[in-house]
Amino acid sequence: MTDSLPGFALQDQAFEVVDRVALIEALSQILREGCLLTELEDLRPWECDGLAAMRETPSLVALPETEAQVIAVLRVCSRLGVPVVARGAGTSLSGGAMPHRHGVLLAMAKFRQILRVDPVARIAVVQPGVRNKAISEAALQHGLYYAPDPSSQIACTIGGNVAENAGGVHCLKYGLTVHNVMRVRGITIDGEVLECGSHALDGPGFDLLALVNGSEGMLLVITEVSVRLLPIPQQARCVLAAFGSVVQAGEAVAAIIAEGIIPAGLEMMDQPATAAVEAFVHAGYPLDAAAILLVECDGSPEEVAEELARVQSVLERAGAAAVRVSRNEEERLRFWAGRKAAFPAAGRLAPDYYCMDGTIPRRRLGEMLTAIAEMERKYALRCMNVFHAGDGNLHPLILFDSAAPGEQARAEAFGTEILERSVALGGSITGEHGVGVEKIAQMCVQFGDAEIRMFHRIKAAFDRSGLLNPGKAIPSLRRCAEGGRMHVTGGRLPYPELERF
Amino acid sequence: MGAVTEELLAAWQAQIRDAAARGDCVEIRGGGSKAFLGEPARGAVLDTRAWRGVVSYEPTELVITVRAGTPLAEVEAVLAERNQMLAFEPPHFGNATVGGMVAAGLSGPRRASAGAVRDHVLGISLLDGRGELLRFGGQVMKNVAGYDVSRLMCGAMGCLGLLLDVSLKVLPRPALERTVRLSMTLSEALQAMNRWGGEPLPISATCWVGDSVYVRLSGAHAAVDAAVARLKGDVLDDAAQAGFWLAIREQTHPFFSRHAPLWRLSVPSVEEPIGLPGEVLLEWGGALRWVLCEDGALARERASKEHGSAMLFRALHGSSLQRFDALSPASRAIHQRLKQAFDPARVFNRGRMYPDW
Repeated sequence: MTDSLPGFALQDQAFEVVDRVALIEALSQILREGCLLTELEDLRPWECDGLAAMRETPSLVALPETEAQVIAVLRVCSRLGVPVVARGAGTSLSGGAMPHRHGVLLAMAKFRQILRVDPVARIAVVQPGVRNKAISEAALQHGLYYAPDPSSQIACTIGGNVAENAGGVHCLKYGLTVHNVMRVRGITIDGEVLECGSHALDGPGFDLLALVNGSEGMLLVITEVSVRLLPIPQQARCVLAAFGSVVQAGEAVAAIIAEGIIPAGLEMMDQPATAAVEAFVHAGYPLDAAAILLVECDGSPEEVAEELARVQSVLERAGAAAVRVSRNEEERLRFWAGRKAAFPAAGRLAPDYYCMDGTIPRRRLGEMLTAIAEMERKYALRCMNVFHAGDGNLHPLILFDSAAPGEQARAEAFGTEILERSVALGGSITGEHGVGVEKIAQMCVQFGDAEIRMFHRIKAAFDRSGLLNPGKAIPSLRRCAEGGRMHVTGGRLPYPELERF
Repeated sequence: MGAVTEELLAAWQAQIRDAAARGDCVEIRGGGSKAFLGEPARGAVLDTRAWRGVVSYEPTELVITVRAGTPLAEVEAVLAERNQMLAFEPPHFGNATVGGMVAAGLSGPRRASAGAVRDHVLGISLLDGRGELLRFGGQVMKNVAGYDVSRLMCGAMGCLGLLLDVSLKVLPRPALERTVRLSMTLSEALQAMNRWGGEPLPISATCWVGDSVYVRLSGAHAAVDAAVARLKGDVLDDAAQAGFWLAIREQTHPFFSRHAPLWRLSVPSVEEPIGLPGEVLLEWGGALRWVLCEDGALARERASKEHGSAMLFRALHGSSLQRFDALSPASRAIHQRLKQAFDPARVFNRGRMYPDW
């Protein structure tokens, strides 16, 4: 039996040989007029996703309307050796849906149907272009909701959520996308329909569903998703606590967990972040605190009251300078408004900011923040830190001005050092935004060649020619060997209206 | 890594490479508690139990990292000291090890509310079929770098690699647990379980057996007390409660001792009684149905009709029926290529899942 590596494992493929005329001819047989974009001025709007600094004009944009068309398009691309990049709403912060210059951008925007909401089975069956928030809106009449809530949830789509294994602020209690998706139907590059998972809780064979979640469009094109719905908690209340040091706040988080409490949300902000958002939204945050914690409890009113009392007592024992409990829904939302305004607040402080997404074991937080403070001096740039404290996911926001000579390069080096430190502390380069093109160089820091080779073999098990989303998520061995950091540019967000947390 | 473990690792790598070179296969074996599961094992036994011990445990991080040959009982005892648990309640069936728990991918009564083994695996290291040491995932809750190989190992029956260290998410034990029993027919129980599932009740386990449904409620005192009052029914005392759920989890309940093939049907929870001859026990809000059924072909046909699957969990001696449902052609092709990716010479647990690999 042979044991060879796929060619794309060794080095990135070129794809210059694509016959664009033949491709347009073949695809125009499949797609309706207006669903195949070929002129430059029509292609331009598609040239980036949420990582606006990385741009590429696709060769073509295809907007299929049916699964049969997806299959036909993929078969053509497979036959002609054309790269395919699938795209949902294009809110990725890591460039996961950045087009390929010789490839087809397969926009799933027309797959917008909620096919079924089953209130008894507590399952929604939806097309991939359905917005995350729209699922919960459709389930509301049954007292149900879809738990994962990435910050872009009013715009991002479920297909992209699955591809990126999207998170949110309630992951510690309710899990990531992978924990809430029951079934994915997708099409391989060969045009084969593959069902992963089912409406049962398990099934025969390998857990392909786990593999597909977070696979960044590298394994198949998603055409249908079934998600688990949960009963809406009767009540949610939030505690705001102020601390004299970030280490003390970190210890308070550990103490809550040690007490046996898993709050619905557990967020931390450092002083620069607190000051920035307070000036912006006036959430009533204490400005003298070195760090603040937001702890949300949800459930029945009795349950919430019981948990809140325990949380308050832990926070006070942990040395909180002030503890406030939201008295009503309005106040709860105000507590959250500050946290949710962190990204736009950063945008007010500097022309540009670069959002990082490392995870670390929570107990290393003090070390990490000390290291970031040193980096601020080293790179002469400011950084504010917001932290999904419950699950160790840190979002440092590096502030810079791309118009000032050298600042962008320093911001990139700063970001790289944070990611590498995250790995050194036992964490990961990305907790929820994905690798995409943005962090592909740091993959070589987090993984050795043996793991990278295995990732490429897994890719080849689904896509032998490496046509789906080439150049993303998994670096070629040559790229790692050359230590060629791509030094991607910062994450200026093209959707300033979206909440980001 | 200590000298002993270094030596053991080197010996295993040599054994794997030798087997691969000669075209032989190896049976990965921990406590042997699930030897009955899947197709018969073949090849020289590789005993994982020397690769043992808790590598690290951080209760406030909710993470434990253990070597795959560690007895599950030992891990659970360590967690209990800090009032934590493996929330998916894996069965022991005797001397289960952590490696076997992951490879078999079996979860217990709490599965429907807390998730399965795969939902709690954060990271894994393994030797692949080339004897190469690989590490995936880590000790953090959120990690989306690279494909999720750790979860792929769950339920793969050891066909993709020799598991070494496993990092698991752990959870606090609930402050209070109460179980109520209500008399119901199978149909009534299915309807009730699905109805309760849509309400914000702190249900952590359900089981229907012998004309009664048992509902376990877990969480804050106030929430559990309110739910007990809401559901009515007889409340089991602490000993009866612990005994009942242990008997379901470990299959020591009298239902499981009958001399008949035991089929495990995993189906959408809402399906009506699926009309198989033979006794039935329900778990997971109706999504898991144990059936004592002599007619295997019929069990498969009915499960498939309901868009679920049927596994021949415990066969009578001499049964020639395939244990797992056949895969679709597209899925089968990908399975074969994944097997090839991890274990090109088919060294590990050959034929344990499907006869052709």
